[in-house]
Amino acid sequence: MSTVDWKNYEPVLIPDIKDLHKIDVYTKNGGYKAFESVLKDKDKWPDQKSVINEVKEANIRGRGGAGFNAGLKWSFMPPADGKPRYLACNGDESEPGTFKDRKIFEYNPHVFIEGALIAAYAMEITTIYVYIRGEYKVYIDMMNKAIQDAYDKGYIGKNILGSDYSVDFYVHSGAGAYICGEETSMLESLEGKRGYPRIKPPFPAQKGLWGRPTTINNIETLAHVTSVINKGADWFKSIGAENHPGPILYGISGHVNRPGVYELPSGIPVLDLINEVAGGMRNDKELKAVIPGGSSTPVLRADQLEGITMDADSLRTVGSMLGTAGLVVMDEDTDMVDVLWRIAHFYHHESCGQCTPCREGTGWLVKILLKIKNGEGEIKDLDLLLDITTQMEGRTICALADAAAWPVRYTITRFRNEFEARCKKSVHAIA
Amino acid sequence: MAYEFTKEDLKEIEKLKARYPEVKPVTLPALWIAQNRFGHVKPEVQKLVADTLGLPEAHVHGVATFYTQYYKEEKGKHVLDVCTCLSCQLCGGYDILEYLEEKLGIKTGQTTEDGMFTLNQVECLGACGYAPMLQVTNDNYVNNLTPEKVDKLIDSLKNGEKPEYEKIRMPQHKNT
Repeated sequence: MSTVDWKNYEPVLIPDIKDLHKIDVYTKNGGYKAFESVLKDKDKWPDQKSVINEVKEANIRGRGGAGFNAGLKWSFMPPADGKPRYLACNGDESEPGTFKDRKIFEYNPHVFIEGALIAAYAMEITTIYVYIRGEYKVYIDMMNKAIQDAYDKGYIGKNILGSDYSVDFYVHSGAGAYICGEETSMLESLEGKRGYPRIKPPFPAQKGLWGRPTTINNIETLAHVTSVINKGADWFKSIGAENHPGPILYGISGHVNRPGVYELPSGIPVLDLINEVAGGMRNDKELKAVIPGGSSTPVLRADQLEGITMDADSLRTVGSMLGTAGLVVMDEDTDMVDVLWRIAHFYHHESCGQCTPCREGTGWLVKILLKIKNGEGEIKDLDLLLDITTQMEGRTICALADAAAWPVRYTITRFRNEFEARCKKSVHAIA
Repeated sequence: MAYEFTKEDLKEIEKLKARYPEVKPVTLPALWIAQNRFGHVKPEVQKLVADTLGLPEAHVHGVATFYTQYYKEEKGKHVLDVCTCLSCQLCGGYDILEYLEEKLGIKTGQTTEDGMFTLNQVECLGACGYAPMLQVTNDNYVNNLTPEKVDKLIDSLKNGEKPEYEKIRMPQHKNT
């Protein structure tokens, strides 16, 4: 396996350019050239399909966690019929350990707006909504301003840049619900309802917002679209891991010296990310475990990390996933029972309550884990927990039940001794 | 007391209606406008929103109760939402929560007697790299908390100052 040359990578989504959030600075640095090109350069982009094909070819795997090829997703949209079609941009960003899209809102909102406009043009979309979690009030204000600036400059609105393409772009604020990051739940929330996920099929491309064809993409995914149109699919594919190419916004948190968001190629070794990018472990402690891509991705022990890189293929070999690339780092003093209880607490709180296995299952997970955490658990409770996870996974409308079950399953199996040590000693020969 | 939207509020709501093909999607933003105006969205306020939009009260109630940021009861003047989720837990979020409980003399979920502060524990706020942190009344985040920083925050809130937006310098590996 070739090593990814991350040390010489120059950031494109969040480059070190002063005041890049201002539209004038953005356009001075080549901003909105990609969008202008797809609208006007008919030699390069003869039709909408050519744009979709380029994005598909780049293989931008969705940065919201599912990792699905964005261009392929776009190609599922049915042919335009003159009626409304929607793009819903997912800025709900609520998975614990994930705090990357806010950097785009803050430092380079126009790279996302431009990518969304390109996507909208390619799919002949009439209205774009960007859904931002309500807690990000300050970023909602920033995005409203950035979108207004783009309207004022003629990049959004009627007959954009003299073309016959018109589109509207609005911010829709959430109000505190993790589940609204699930794409169909987000659609419900956009429609002004409780955020209950929908049964698929029909998929949003067939029946999305108000029953019309809708595509949902993550903020970072759409930001990458701008780079792909500017620099080409080949450039994008030349960066990082072969099957999961391109730059990634890594959010690093936990027990490291320099937590934060870093834009680097995919496929960077996990240990480089911790020891070099994030400045190593705080207080020179030993690394104990990491959660590679947000709280739902299975935890990995330090001894599993040698040679493992931040991409789906490599992480799969040790039984985890890239998720949102929100890397949570834990040192030797971390109490895994406490950590798992807190994760379970989160999913219980955020379960929408629609499906019984999730509503009840998340409750039982957190109850039993609290019992173990308080030293009242028994060894057989560990097996009960594992049994509950099997009764949750794949039995619900959306993936929240899976997201709640995986951490329990893998934290217990990978740190079983710690959990057993917290349980009461068995008096009898059987547990 | 009778709750009424101001003219500006109603204008804002009309503007929002133009963004969607039907009126229901205005429920969330209208609840936000109501909460900013009255400080909460108790049932009377939910009724006002429903009447203003011409939607059933039950629908607005359903929405208001689904989302955690809408205050279904009156809160203190300043609501301190302390994150204790994963990364904040690892970096001392519970210590900050306990410090605040002691400092304010209340338990999590309670409001101080003078109505000044409500203390909450909340789920991930998406500031994991700047843990531990809290959010003040659905507005600015206060990051990288220490007891000293909490003391300063409480003093400034008592003095009527809004915490400033903390711009976090982008860490780039080359600059370090």
